[in-house]
Amino acid sequence: MDNVFHALSAPVRRLIIDELCERDGQTLFELCSRLTMRHQVNLSRQAVSQHLDVLEGAGLLHTRREGRYKFHDLDLEPLHRAVDGWLVRPTDQDHR
Amino acid sequence: MKIYITSVFVDDQAKALAFYTEKLGFVKKNDIPLGQASWLTVVSPDAPDGTELLLEPDGHPAVGPYKKALVADGIPATSFAVNDIQSEYDRLVDLGVRFTQPPTQMGNVTTAVFDDTCGNLIQIVSQPS
Repeated sequence: MDNVFHALSAPVRRLIIDELCERDGQTLFELCSRLTMRHQVNLSRQAVSQHLDVLEGAGLLHTRREGRYKFHDLDLEPLHRAVDGWLVRPTDQDHR
Repeated sequence: MKIYITSVFVDDQAKALAFYTEKLGFVKKNDIPLGQASWLTVVSPDAPDGTELLLEPDGHPAVGPYKKALVADGIPATSFAVNDIQSEYDRLVDLGVRFTQPPTQMGNVTTAVFDDTCGNLIQIVSQPS
């Protein structure tokens, strides 16, 4: 859970999640292009790669190798797990 | 000074010529035997005297790791302009061309990226007229 919230704490990583929500299976090049062209976020390829590693460490992103290519897919399950069951007030519980 | 030629490193010149002419629609301009390889260039059919694309053999040991690293990260070796990127995408997909990125709006241009089957990714771009 700490990993998930830490990963979400950086605005650029939330942008990456937004972009991957649009379509799974993006290359590093595509993600870099989207950040630059759509959001004017000019980070080096290495910096974007490091942000992807943080998201992957939190389980929010998976990498997939297909032959010679490497694609990135989003996984929001860890976020749902982190939020579900947290901050449940007694009145909410009555309705469950 | 002007750019008259640019190049991509290909793993097989005959295969590359077939792909770049039959699938992409370029036209062969020069095919001059030079030892084991050829000086092999193609041009755009609407600009036969325009910039040539050299299909250059990739035998040098430095080229393999270079191409492999670019492809793994999805980085195109070069970029070509098209008028209607969606119809070009559909046409190439029908011909069995593998895309790593379908047409995607990137600011005021739309780009897509495909595999040239010779070891490179190629970007196509449609720019606002």
